[in-house]
Amino acid sequence: MRRLALLVLALSALALAPSAQAVEPDEMLADPALEARARAISRELRCVVCQNQSIDDSQAEVAHDMRRAVRERLEAGDSDAQVRNYMVARYGDFALLDPPFKPGTLVLWLGAPALLVLAGTGLLIVGRRRRTVPAPAPLSDAERRRVEDLLGR
Amino acid sequence: MSRRLLFLLPLATLLTMAGFFAWSMVSGRDPASIGSVMVNRPAPPLADVTLGPSGLGGGKPVLVNFFASWCAPCLAEHPLISRLAEREGATVIGVAWKNKPDEARAWLARLGNPYRQLLFDQDGKLALDWGLSGVPETYLVDARGIVRLHYRRAINEHDLKDTILPLLRAGQ
Amino acid sequence: MIPELGHFALILALAVAAVQGSLPLLGAARDDIRLMQLGRYAALTQAFLVILAFLALVEAFVTSDFSVMLVADNSHSAKPLLYKITGVWGNHEGSMLLWALILSLFGAAVAIFGNNLPDTLRARVLAIQALIGVGFLAFILFTSNPFARLAAPPFDGNGLNPLLQDPGLAFHPPILYLGYVGFSVTYSFAIAALLEGRVDVAWARWVRPWTLAAWCFLTLGIALGSWWAYYILGWGGFWFWDPVENASLMPWLAGTALLHSAIVVEKRDALQSWTVLLAILAFSLSLLGTFLVRSGVLTSVHAFAQDPARGMFILAFLLVVTGGGLALYAWRAPQLQPGGLFQPLSREGALILNNLLLCTLAATVLLGTLYPLVLDLVSGDKVSVGPPFFNITFVPVALALFAALCVGPFLSWKRAELWRALARLRAAFAIAVIAMVVTATAIDGRATLAAVAFGFGVWLIAGSLTEFVGRVRQTRRLPPRAMIGMTISHAALGLVVLGAVSTAAWHTELITTLRAGEGVKFGRYIATLGKVEPLKGPNYDAERATIVLTLDGAPFATMTPERRLFTVQQRQIAETSIHTNLLRDLYATLGEGDARHGWTVRLYENPLAPWIWLGAALCALGGFVSLSDRRLRVGAPRRKAQEQPAE
Repeated sequence: MRRLALLVLALSALALAPSAQAVEPDEMLADPALEARARAISRELRCVVCQNQSIDDSQAEVAHDMRRAVRERLEAGDSDAQVRNYMVARYGDFALLDPPFKPGTLVLWLGAPALLVLAGTGLLIVGRRRRTVPAPAPLSDAERRRVEDLLGR
Repeated sequence: MSRRLLFLLPLATLLTMAGFFAWSMVSGRDPASIGSVMVNRPAPPLADVTLGPSGLGGGKPVLVNFFASWCAPCLAEHPLISRLAEREGATVIGVAWKNKPDEARAWLARLGNPYRQLLFDQDGKLALDWGLSGVPETYLVDARGIVRLHYRRAINEHDLKDTILPLLRAGQ
Repeated sequence: MIPELGHFALILALAVAAVQGSLPLLGAARDDIRLMQLGRYAALTQAFLVILAFLALVEAFVTSDFSVMLVADNSHSAKPLLYKITGVWGNHEGSMLLWALILSLFGAAVAIFGNNLPDTLRARVLAIQALIGVGFLAFILFTSNPFARLAAPPFDGNGLNPLLQDPGLAFHPPILYLGYVGFSVTYSFAIAALLEGRVDVAWARWVRPWTLAAWCFLTLGIALGSWWAYYILGWGGFWFWDPVENASLMPWLAGTALLHSAIVVEKRDALQSWTVLLAILAFSLSLLGTFLVRSGVLTSVHAFAQDPARGMFILAFLLVVTGGGLALYAWRAPQLQPGGLFQPLSREGALILNNLLLCTLAATVLLGTLYPLVLDLVSGDKVSVGPPFFNITFVPVALALFAALCVGPFLSWKRAELWRALARLRAAFAIAVIAMVVTATAIDGRATLAAVAFGFGVWLIAGSLTEFVGRVRQTRRLPPRAMIGMTISHAALGLVVLGAVSTAAWHTELITTLRAGEGVKFGRYIATLGKVEPLKGPNYDAERATIVLTLDGAPFATMTPERRLFTVQQRQIAETSIHTNLLRDLYATLGEGDARHGWTVRLYENPLAPWIWLGAALCALGGFVSLSDRRLRVGAPRRKAQEQPAE
């Protein structure tokens, strides 16, 4: 069990092999504008065999292939959205680091803002209502006796 | 009363979250698995090999197996692939991924070549169209050319008995 | 022998913790002073025992005792001494022991320094601390024993992950844990207060130093981790929204909200239930982080080896600690008397807004981190949530927070006039807008959103200084240290924003292949690759390149990036070379290559990058300055006795 755990750790560590940045000079396109687009798109595409790295950062083989494919599609004239769709068609929404906005991800995108709005309005309502000073709670019998004691009655 | 409910909200959130965690751990879910979008879609192009009704399978399901000679799990699943090809009569197409052709051929010569056809994908372009993330990966394409199975790992006995063979036999 | 002693010490510590977790609680309920005092002695004993256990483990690592399984798995005789020691916590079992150590040390600190606390409160706090300790020690002893022995010790160990053989990462866990575990004290205070049924001004004053201390360390710990990522990963990135990074950010956000919320309790006896909730949440989020790293429910570059059994134990522990705390909260908090009234537009209102925004930020991070898991379970659909998501959802709310941050201190308690406050910030606002416009135009209109964010950073600094100067002018002397600390921390946050925005948006990058002797133009400099020579380190082989930067013909800097191959693990790590003048970093990494084809060299210029970590360090410094305020220790309010004797 321990050996297995170790193997898992070792393998996962390999996948994490930190890149001193992964784009190689020979991958880069000649046209700087196109290359800039390629880099921007690459940063939004996930390396599907790594833990939370974009294909721009990863040295994995698949990441290299995906980077090259991105550049080929750009040179063929695809728009940014078309390049992203190209990858999604092959690897699913998983390949996008920016999750799509669809029924399944509504809670993800709107959850926190909704919470903010709800809590904010709730607090404002409560705040308005609490303007009036609440009447003091009536004295209990023991407390009333103490008051009378203190007042010397 | 509603004030009380408000105070219970954090606890309720925690229990929901913990529920998901427990579910995840109990179900043996693998967080690293990335799923496959190839299943139930027409098979991507496979170089000059035709799949589907008038393709290589001859009206029967076809297996596409991506492998490499440097890949250890590929070595482990090779006997099963061979069994599918030889004993069960399945049509298996092999794609050597990121592998020098002579190394791949030598490997197959040593272990036995179960493939009806052998393709080479040295630069990974073909594999990208199939959504490959590494080797070994195996796809089952039915008689109509639709991908029915996509294993992102070496296949094992259970896969064979429970899933692959039934589909192969049903397609005949 | 010594590992067995360590193991025994741990078992004893568990027993002591169990005693400490039960008898003082009984004593507090019965007002039995001796049982309550027992808590103090137990806390000191427990700390002593866990220190012994920890030292035993350190000894095993330092002497490379490979009969201890942990040492065999994680260490190597050729490792430098520093990394033998820091390797103690570079693995799951050792880091859990570190947790337990810091937990017991904090308990001891409360026992020693908590003399201003009433006996019942201190007894309860120590008891809760101990109960948490019981959980951790039990976890260690039953599932993660660091002292397990190997029947057949290997000749040498497996070595430590090369990534961890680095000074920055070596010290990141202890400092981070000081933060995480420090929040356990605020949690204990919150539970104790709920048990007593009283959250009041005195409680807030007592809890403040512990919260501040934890927060300062957490700030430093996160900053250290980010800095390490920057100089190791080699391309100028410093925050990746990785699940475990997020797991450290969430308690920080909750802790910041807690710090500020407690001020309202202290000054106006209001927001009690919110403050108590935040105290419970801050520690719970720390525990959640521990769970995420070790359970395997999420993939992360930080994850230790997945082990569902351990995951279940931690989840159960999380449920008991957090669930128990929140259940107690649901039961007792409604009975807390709300205190001073205030208008929505007031300092209290501003701090409520601060709470709201920080909690929204924390919720955003939590949602983003856990959503892939939930969606996968519910629908089998796989999505990824990465930096683009967080940039869209986190940044706008953070900017709103920054906008309000400077206005808050100008608002008076109870009711405030917004326009008067804004009027005093006229100059700061103008400076910020000018900065925004200047940067936007100077950078040729590219990345104008970054220019806007840059302006917010300037606003933070200008606004904080305006408040400080105004206060000094008005009172004609230096403000109390707590106020100085606030100014430093708020302004430092501005520095962090400036640094982060500049590096992320305006860095220059050059990726090229150079042969020895070849040069290339890089910004204002010419970078020439000198020789690339092999090098032998204590446990690695390396290639070192010498890159000379010249400015207008004169030599400016020499950079020596390396590529190291660790022989035991066969892992390659790049050592970047950074040349900094504290205003910008010049940054070089060496890639693959050979003499014939040349080497891949990557050069970066990261403007204002050092300000990210300088700012974070200053932020923590502000917290420490605030902590040194005498008012926190001397003249702490003594609570009035429950029953006034009749006069």
